[in-house]
Amino acid sequence: MATTVENMAAREWKPADYASDQDVRWCPGCGDYAILAQAKKALAAAGVEPDRITWVSGIGCSSRFPYYVSTYGIHGIHGRAPAIATGLKIARPDITVWVATGDGDGLSIGGNHFMHAMRRNADIKIVLFNNRIYGLTKGQISPTSEKGKRTVSTPYGSVEPPIHPVSAALGCGATFVARTVDMNVKHLGEVLERAARHKGTAFVEIYQNCNIFNDGAFKYASDKAERDEHTLVLEQGKPMLFGVDKKKGIRMTANMQPEIVTLGENGVTVADVVVHDERADNPGIAFMLSQMAYPDFPEPIGVFRAVELPTYESLLEEQIAAVRAKKGPGDLAQLLRGNDTWEVA
Amino acid sequence: MAVAQPTKPVETVETVAIRFVGDSGDGMQITGSQFTTSSALGGNDLATLPDFPAEIRAPAGTLYGVSGFQINFSSTDIYTPGDTLQALVAMNPAALKINLGDLETGGILIVNSDAFVPSNLKLAGYAENPLEDGSLHQYRLFTIPMTTLTREAVAKLELKTKDADRCKNMFALGLVSWLYDRPVEPTLEWFQEKWGKTDPKVAEANTLAFKAGYFFGETAEAFPAQYRVEKAKLAPGVYRKVRGNEATALGMIAAAARAGKPLFYGSYPITPASDILHELSRHKNFDVKTFQAEDEIAAMCAAIGAAYGGAFAATGTSGPGMALKTEAIGLAVMLELPMVIVNVQRGGPSTGLPTKTEQADLLQAVWGRNGECPVAVIAAQSPPDCFMAAYEAFQIAVKYMTPVILLTDGYLGNGAEPWRIPNVEDLPPIEVRHATDPATFQPYLRDEKLARPWAIPGTPGLAHRIGGLEKKDVTGEVCYDPANHQLMCELRARKVAGIVESLPEQTVMGPDSGELLVVSWGGTYGAVRTAVERAQRRGLSVAHAHLRYLNPFPRNLGTLLRSYKKILVPELNLGQLKMVLRAHYLVDAHGYGKIQGRPFTVAEVFAAIEKMIAESRL
Repeated sequence: MATTVENMAAREWKPADYASDQDVRWCPGCGDYAILAQAKKALAAAGVEPDRITWVSGIGCSSRFPYYVSTYGIHGIHGRAPAIATGLKIARPDITVWVATGDGDGLSIGGNHFMHAMRRNADIKIVLFNNRIYGLTKGQISPTSEKGKRTVSTPYGSVEPPIHPVSAALGCGATFVARTVDMNVKHLGEVLERAARHKGTAFVEIYQNCNIFNDGAFKYASDKAERDEHTLVLEQGKPMLFGVDKKKGIRMTANMQPEIVTLGENGVTVADVVVHDERADNPGIAFMLSQMAYPDFPEPIGVFRAVELPTYESLLEEQIAAVRAKKGPGDLAQLLRGNDTWEVA
Repeated sequence: MAVAQPTKPVETVETVAIRFVGDSGDGMQITGSQFTTSSALGGNDLATLPDFPAEIRAPAGTLYGVSGFQINFSSTDIYTPGDTLQALVAMNPAALKINLGDLETGGILIVNSDAFVPSNLKLAGYAENPLEDGSLHQYRLFTIPMTTLTREAVAKLELKTKDADRCKNMFALGLVSWLYDRPVEPTLEWFQEKWGKTDPKVAEANTLAFKAGYFFGETAEAFPAQYRVEKAKLAPGVYRKVRGNEATALGMIAAAARAGKPLFYGSYPITPASDILHELSRHKNFDVKTFQAEDEIAAMCAAIGAAYGGAFAATGTSGPGMALKTEAIGLAVMLELPMVIVNVQRGGPSTGLPTKTEQADLLQAVWGRNGECPVAVIAAQSPPDCFMAAYEAFQIAVKYMTPVILLTDGYLGNGAEPWRIPNVEDLPPIEVRHATDPATFQPYLRDEKLARPWAIPGTPGLAHRIGGLEKKDVTGEVCYDPANHQLMCELRARKVAGIVESLPEQTVMGPDSGELLVVSWGGTYGAVRTAVERAQRRGLSVAHAHLRYLNPFPRNLGTLLRSYKKILVPELNLGQLKMVLRAHYLVDAHGYGKIQGRPFTVAEVFAAIEKMIAESRL
């Protein structure tokens, strides 16, 4: 039952191998289509055969995802996909497990499971489709909706500040945290492939456009005319530069706050700009980046953090092996007898 | 330890119920538990009732901080912890005050007189010291300065006073061990096992206190005689003592092992179910994976994920946790995956009485979900029976591809009885077949039992998607067709109803027709059976049916119910089984409900039987 190098290398996998025979029922123009296409590419690139993958989801538009791929899948209940996925991964460490979730599913009703999935580091890939709205229930605010947003449930404007998914993931100790944008398909594909190759919990937030209930929510980050000014593409070991001509950068002030500087102005050189290190021990800079928000700052996309730590299931397997080595394989008759017995003739 | 030949007369008695009571920090549970072990090893039949507050260390000396452990041990078959006590050991005034009412007139009352100081007397609400005002004259009172004697016994170890005083429960245990002629070796060995390596000084202190108590009984003039309870004539076999939660855990391990499958147990700590998690987590060498989830819902969902992956999956909880798992149990019903959900019932509703027993979650188990959502339900009847009940729950789950709810309760979970250890080879085999053939596989193509195939990830060519949305018959595709929904609801209902084909017929103890049938379920078995036996000895026309299978019911239950003029259903709730029986069978079942966080006494059930018979003769 173990995944072997042989069967992974047995053939080349193509994105079409991951397509199911189901009609895709998302609204025409939905950002989910791009995510589905790029996910299939990433799965093919990572080379895991469909029969060895399980997609798990909760409830919401994003959670229909498992029906549209040819892998094993569970369309679960609202918010609980990470818990279902964790049970599956513990029982079957040999299976590749992905979770599709949304901003409401993952961060509101499923917030608790999200938090604990991030800290446990089971080898599960969690893809969060963030459209900053409840789509399937027709347009109420979500936990990532901006303050002041007017919706059917907040006709006078929301009074809640939004949660930053990347901040939440980092705060819970996630070992792989990334963000990408549905319309930026090349970037989306690259980030998903990175996630696929990570050992441990990989969290990917995708800015996803809901063209029915929240059209243009991420226009600043997805529109080709604007995105270079409003997003900061994170690249390992590279200075944090952005803008059409990459002349703007992020510098730390004396009291350790980020500020936007322009190369060549006031003596600023590229040496003043923070260099991105996704492998830093301390996630502090990554957290700072996750708090940078439009319109005051460009919003970072790419991999915020990628560190290797033992996975939950590998630690559990090691513990089981150690107990077995010490106590031997279980003897059921001996277990039932226990320590103190007496005999009735 | 050299135990002298008895120097005092030994009086043989058939059955003794004794209760140890004290502050929740006095170690009464451990005292009772150890007394149980030595009684079991001494060959008695026994039943226990641990009774403790929800607070871990309630303020010392208070009435609400009293913790107790009752054990009934006998040379004959017994099924309950006993109605009235033949002996009570009280470590302080509050414990005496709360428990004295259960001690029979003329019963043995042993008290730690050192604790009867003005502050404790005041906390317990005693205006006068009951040890001195003559109010205890109808009991055989032994006032013993246990704290002082314990301090003297351990003096040479130069412990802090607080640490020395912690050994006084073992003084009490030693004394009672002498009084009832219990074997001492198990206890002395236990001190070494528990502390011998980690804290030898504690082991020695407890040994000294225990011996001091024992020798005090032997030499003090106060005790005129010893009592002996002969070995019980139990069925031949090898026995051990087992608590219900322990037996539940062992039953799950055995089921998985017999099927050659790994066991997955996801759980969130909750009283009184946590001991199942504790027990299973110790046995990792048995292909057992335990997962302490972030909440009840996650525990249930993780079990679903593990079941999908092909493990024998289970979760365990108590009432409030069941409420939280409800939606996910519905998912498990839709997915038609095998798993076992254990509810160790406690007093409800809401947080209720966390450490007390009740059986008021029956309707929740059978009906408590949205939609038409059938789940098989079975209930264990005694602490050892939790083993076979858990085993059977898995048998049903995998045979019918369905979640199964196993109802136990706080009394069963914490209580202990002797268990005739089964031979592994005698356990019924559990056959598991996973789908492997892509040519014939359809996710919801059912077999003759209406069970769907169990196809697990990694099986080539069988990748399929299942979910909580209604599915098309056979293919399992999402389907909103009205007729298909009705068909699927009926199929799921028929599948669970069809489990009856695998169940034995309901039996009765007593005449197969007559004046009164007493119907019980779950942890009340012992009290109800004993009460019915008593009624039968008095010549009353009474039979007893104890139900193990609560959904579906055994196929002959309707006929059986109609064979008696009257039906009495005693339950630790306000009439839940009664309601279901009336609904199913249109019979005039009468309820007798007790909802006090405590098991029935035999006398209570007996009185209800007498009343019912008297009324029917009017």
